[in-house]
Amino acid sequence: MNNYVLIVIIVVYLAVLFYIAFLAEKKKKSKWVNNPYVYTLSLAVYCSAWTYYGSIGIAANSGIDFLPIYLGPVIAAPLWILVLRKVIRISNQNKISSIADFISLRYGNNRFLGALVTLVCLFGTIPYISLQLKAVSETFEIISDNTGYISTNILDDSTFYVALLLAIFATFFGTQNADASEKHTGIIASVAFESVLKLVFFLIIGVYITFYLFDGSTDIYNQISTIDNFKELTSLSGLEDGFNWFFMISLSFIAIFLLPRQFQVSVLENNREKYLKKAIWLFPLYLLLFNVFVIFIAWAGKITFGDSANAEYYTLLLPLEKGHSFLATLVFLGGFSAVISMVVVSTLALSIMVSNNLIIPYGFLDKFIKNQPERNAKYIKNIRRISIFSIIIVAYFFYVSFSRELSLYAIGLISFVIIAQLAPSFFIGLFWNRGSSKGAVIGIIVGFCITVYTLILPFTIAAYTGTDDFIQYGLGRITVLKPYALFGIDFLSPPAHAFFWSILFNLLSYLVFSIISKGNYRERNYAEMFVDSKNFKALQDSALVWKGEAYVADIKNVLVRFLGEKEATRALKLFFTKYRLSLDTQLADARLINFSEKLLTGSIGSASAKILIASVVKEEEISLVEVIRMLEESKENIVSNKILLEKSDELSQLSSKLKDANQELVVKDKQKDEFLDTVAHELKTPITGIRAATELLMDDEDDMPKEIKKQFLTNILQDSDRLGRLINNILDFEKLETGRLSLDMRYLDIQKTIKKGVANMQHIAAKKGITILVKNVHCFKMNYDEDRILQVFTNLISNAIKFCEPVSGLIEIDYKLGNEVLEISVRDNGKGIPAEDIEYVFDKFYQSQHQNTIKPEGSGLGLAITKQIIEKHKGKIWADKKIKTGTKFVFTLPIS
Amino acid sequence: MMYKILIVDDEPNIVMSLEYAFKKKGFEVFIARDGSEALEIVKSHIPDIVLLDIMMPNVDGYQTLKQIKSTKKLEATKVVFLTAKNKASDIEKGLELGADKYLIKPFSVKKIVSEILELMA
Repeated sequence: MNNYVLIVIIVVYLAVLFYIAFLAEKKKKSKWVNNPYVYTLSLAVYCSAWTYYGSIGIAANSGIDFLPIYLGPVIAAPLWILVLRKVIRISNQNKISSIADFISLRYGNNRFLGALVTLVCLFGTIPYISLQLKAVSETFEIISDNTGYISTNILDDSTFYVALLLAIFATFFGTQNADASEKHTGIIASVAFESVLKLVFFLIIGVYITFYLFDGSTDIYNQISTIDNFKELTSLSGLEDGFNWFFMISLSFIAIFLLPRQFQVSVLENNREKYLKKAIWLFPLYLLLFNVFVIFIAWAGKITFGDSANAEYYTLLLPLEKGHSFLATLVFLGGFSAVISMVVVSTLALSIMVSNNLIIPYGFLDKFIKNQPERNAKYIKNIRRISIFSIIIVAYFFYVSFSRELSLYAIGLISFVIIAQLAPSFFIGLFWNRGSSKGAVIGIIVGFCITVYTLILPFTIAAYTGTDDFIQYGLGRITVLKPYALFGIDFLSPPAHAFFWSILFNLLSYLVFSIISKGNYRERNYAEMFVDSKNFKALQDSALVWKGEAYVADIKNVLVRFLGEKEATRALKLFFTKYRLSLDTQLADARLINFSEKLLTGSIGSASAKILIASVVKEEEISLVEVIRMLEESKENIVSNKILLEKSDELSQLSSKLKDANQELVVKDKQKDEFLDTVAHELKTPITGIRAATELLMDDEDDMPKEIKKQFLTNILQDSDRLGRLINNILDFEKLETGRLSLDMRYLDIQKTIKKGVANMQHIAAKKGITILVKNVHCFKMNYDEDRILQVFTNLISNAIKFCEPVSGLIEIDYKLGNEVLEISVRDNGKGIPAEDIEYVFDKFYQSQHQNTIKPEGSGLGLAITKQIIEKHKGKIWADKKIKTGTKFVFTLPIS
Repeated sequence: MMYKILIVDDEPNIVMSLEYAFKKKGFEVFIARDGSEALEIVKSHIPDIVLLDIMMPNVDGYQTLKQIKSTKKLEATKVVFLTAKNKASDIEKGLELGADKYLIKPFSVKKIVSEILELMA
């Protein structure tokens, strides 16, 4: 086919893609571009020229070894729900714009880590892009039938122009917005379209070769099975191949998550988490369809060409051989689609990383702060545009210098191994909050160095020197350092070998340095947020215990520089409304700091956003760190945990003491209430009697018989006396209990006092026929308040009279010397105090529930007052429990 | 018709006034000094009405009321509390337990008599 015709076809095809991207960009909200199918098809950016052409090469030369690269993603798909959903959620909430941003944020907005990840991605992706260019260039040559011509001048090389066209496409749709976290709907729509094309064209050629050129798959199988090494091609040979397969599957498993273009389409361009549910079965299905015909095409090519042609291009060579150039063109366009989508998405992802994680944080920040807002947005876009062009041009030179020597498959695997170095810090960091930035940085560097030594260095040296001495003998001819057989492991393929050693040391470094070095407070906050992403929002709003000082106006100034006046005002208004803050709030809080950092992250990356916001915030670092440290250590540190426990023990003890005290107060209060209630009740009883009797006397004066009249009058008198006694007792008791009563102590003879007391009660006792006997007749002089002690005798004797049977009743009073006290007892032969009451007889208003006599005359305060008087004399009073009949009260008075 | 009334109170002076007033109105009056006495009299005489104090030795007014209310043959007997306990919570408790009326000491004898007559009407 003519060169120019082909160029025209390419340009027309690109125009169609432009148009699709343009339409999608215009109808961003349409269902046509926002659905799980477009999402799944965009994931198929995984199938690049490597898949389209390279798989067949491997299938032809090594049999089914092309499969592991697709098995990894198939195994990974079900895990998307667990892993990818978490990543998507975190990325959306933080306006993450690249995998470098994601990893650097996880480790506390670490600027260096972001730059390192960017470099790793650059190293991993540039060869990969060059692979695509190589494929375009070689297929172009095949189809334009000037195979003999090899360009020597860049300006003469069609590949160069194709590369430039791709760069223009990526630039146009990739840099519409300065905020890189905005969705690139146009690019995604075109990628989805290309994914359909490449699959359809590949299936067409598969059907064509299998069923048109041959008689179906059985025919191909029968023909190929006659060649010599057929068995080797269709089976795994032993444990070594098993290891190779295992590492290849692991490698592709990692790649489906971490390749910058995969991260771009699966995470950053994801509109809804629920799309994942469709993607986890649709995407494996897509891969399956893509691989159905690979082996048959490879065998068909082998049957047709033997070993004389490049097996990678059988899909082109077979139809051309039969003169079907139209079919070949379709195949070419399918491959070209695979190339475009890969190159465009990869350069887009890389350019964002280069600008946000490399160039802006390491040089342009100061400039941005001084600049006008419109100019900043333009600057950022220009940095990205230049990045896209530079990346594609570097990839082109890489292709010119190296890739011609290597197969598509080999280049692809080198990329995979390099990208895989991000795996430990990415995956473990998602689920292990101890993973630290130091561990991540050292792990990635160590892993990358090993990859360079075991994979990149050997082929670079071989490419330049033309000898394979380095591979054969190792560095300085030390056997254990042979790059393809490190420490004697010589049974793995070079990529599997490099992957094994690099990832092993990467992982070990990551774990060891994470354990021995704890990150700073900021890092640990983010770690917590990433690991516990369900509570992410809550954690984010509360995690930053922030004691700095910042003004809303300053922060707004920074925002305006990057977002423009209108957008910044709108964003702040939204923020204030959301958190119900007044619109003229002056001082910024932690939430606003967070919010502003997120807003800027989309434009300039999280590390730069942090630095920028920090420039207007006076952060009181020390106190903040202290607070966070305290918070965290109380959680982690056993020692402080113990202290905390002790403290809380102390606290609970204190609080229980407080409770007890409170309880006591409540009891006291209740007692006081009860006392007042009882006093009221006791007062009401005689008043009721008086009132009722008086009423009857008044109303019934004429009819009432004389004896009854007299009885009522006697009752009134009785009740009045009772009232009087009650009032006196209450006043006495009150005085005694509050300690306001002072004793009138005199040196007197107790015997005389006892006689006085008995004389007072004699007439009452005599009425009942009760005898009172004073057994001791010796006089005994001591100090006491006679009036009060008389009161004691009155109370005790009247109590005794109350409970004695008439006539047979006997009350004995005795006293004897005890140990420095005089012991006085009052004993009766009445019915005695029930055992269960003995504890309570001295309580105020206690009247035995068992007293079954006519209502006694007591006020309920007698014994309580008695006890108070004795205690006031520093003596004691008790009821003798040993007495079998009657009651015996004993009290002591100190002699000195 | 002649009503039978049981007055239950441990204060003899109060009982005496009530006994006089009700006898004068033609009631047949029984007297108990506490709950346990009251429960005996109630069973043998089936009074139409029981005038019940609350704070009494041995069996108090509440228990007495419960006993009366749970005795089948005393279904028709009305029970009226007459007590010095005048807190809202006390009154509520008394009525909840099933007292037909709750009267408070000190009282007007005339008022008590008319309240009882009203209850019986």
